[in-house]
Amino acid sequence: MDVLALTQKFPQTQNLAGQDMTTFAVNSTELADIVKYLRDEQGFDLLADLCGMDWKDRTPRFGVVIHLLSTKNREYVRLHAPCVDDAVPTVSAIHPGANWHEREAYDMFGIKFIGHPDPRRILMWEAYPYHPLRKEFPLAGIEVPFPAADVAAVTGQTVEPAPMMGGPFVSSGGHMSGAEPQALDQSWNEEKPKS
Amino acid sequence: MTLNMGPSHPATHGVLRLSLELDGDKVIKCDPVIGYLHRGDEKIAENMTYNQFVPYTDRLDYLAPLANNVAYAIAVEKLAGLKMPERCEAIRVVCCEMARISSHLLGLGVYAMDTGAWTVFMYTFNEREKLYTLFEELTGARFTTSYTRIGGLTRDLPEGWLQRVETFCDGVLKTIDEVDRLLTRNGIFLERTEGIAPISKELALAYGLTGPNLRASGVAFDLRKDKPYSGYEKYEFDIPVGTKGDCFDRYLVRMEEVRQSVRILRQAIKTMPSGAWYAEDAKKIFLPPKAKTMTKMEELIQNFMLVTEGPQIPAGEVYFEAENPKGSLGFYIVSNGGGVPYRLRIHGPSFVSLSILPAIVPGNFLTDIASILGSLDFVMGECDR
Repeated sequence: MDVLALTQKFPQTQNLAGQDMTTFAVNSTELADIVKYLRDEQGFDLLADLCGMDWKDRTPRFGVVIHLLSTKNREYVRLHAPCVDDAVPTVSAIHPGANWHEREAYDMFGIKFIGHPDPRRILMWEAYPYHPLRKEFPLAGIEVPFPAADVAAVTGQTVEPAPMMGGPFVSSGGHMSGAEPQALDQSWNEEKPKS
Repeated sequence: MTLNMGPSHPATHGVLRLSLELDGDKVIKCDPVIGYLHRGDEKIAENMTYNQFVPYTDRLDYLAPLANNVAYAIAVEKLAGLKMPERCEAIRVVCCEMARISSHLLGLGVYAMDTGAWTVFMYTFNEREKLYTLFEELTGARFTTSYTRIGGLTRDLPEGWLQRVETFCDGVLKTIDEVDRLLTRNGIFLERTEGIAPISKELALAYGLTGPNLRASGVAFDLRKDKPYSGYEKYEFDIPVGTKGDCFDRYLVRMEEVRQSVRILRQAIKTMPSGAWYAEDAKKIFLPPKAKTMTKMEELIQNFMLVTEGPQIPAGEVYFEAENPKGSLGFYIVSNGGGVPYRLRIHGPSFVSLSILPAIVPGNFLTDIASILGSLDFVMGECDR
């Protein structure tokens, strides 16, 4: 792809020297324009993937990662777009396939897509109160009301956290260390009650 | 009238719900409701080591678990910068193509059933049964194979196994020819598929369709040819491409893909290299050989550390897509170093195939929906993750 043409047209775009493909950090206000430019001028005609990211320690905390594919030139490009106030502009007008991916990113991270035609949840049910892929959300889940209110009124049922039974067991450090392996998520542990 | 189809309906191939608005027999709006099979695989991946996640990949496209295993392993190996030995790559190609045949056999069988033909299903399931016996011999499991590990495989090929695959290849071609004679010029089948829900080239690209569904619309794009991985560039095969992108084209493309997979299998069997079946230089990634673990101190420690802390993958990010039976299965992995991914995003082709439904279903008759759904060949395990 023509890296120079892109960075000249959008000067705020930064080439990140990706290991596996050309990677750019883009200004999220320009995101839709860049995706449109890449589709029309540089042949990136297929949206390979769009996903949300929770960077935890970075500011802004949330971001969107887009992978575009050119079926003619057989190459990928990756765009990192940080959110502004947990929101980015939608690209679903340029790639209609982004519609569902953006709904998923909203569902899982709470990222809002400005101008999205159908901003509903997709994998979780509409009244679900959390965004489960955020880093602070526990693996086991949190108790929430049953989706069907009429059923819950009769049975008193709720959606309960999953029984973790002590797993999965991985080291907390993530690097080889002398520590004894234990589950990353300790909310299942009876000795350490939930805070 | 609003009509609910699913989530438990034989034509929806799993727990998919379609909220349909009807005008008489015609569908005027279609809103797919997904998520009934959502397990939170991406969240689970952030909480376990790379090798612990391999069994979860089985359950994505559970009709082709071997291909998922391979796609995931290659993604992580790319992040680690590992080069696999030739034998390992060739075994993985054999696995992928067998998975493709198995998935397409099921896809074709149930598609015939969706459109009203019972017998084809019996024929294709007969062949699929033989494949599952071969899978069992190779991996120890018929369905959830978990065959790959980061940096290699769980074990080498069993003795004489390749010959048995060769025998299977002869048989499956005969069955495919038989299915061809039963369906391809069958009047009822043509009525139900020809000209139904055509997807134009532009629409397919706009929605990001991949795999057989994209090729049926006339885009000759196949990752095995255009972005070869695991040594696919060594094999000779053709990519079947459709012209109209209707249900019938999607059926034809899958039929031909089975034949091309057999072609790849035969070449791979003939040229199967000898040598190592795992990366021997992957010290902190692949388990040391069992015999050494039991006799040598250093290998024992390494074995222990690898099992508890996970394979040590350097920091970085990678996006890798493999040409799976249903389309491109992508893994986007962000690592901060160590044995656990920081973020693992799974891009499932079935999710994409279903997202096009609101665009192609309206205007068709209610009875055509079974035919359209079957022709897209999706799996809810991969769509909902």
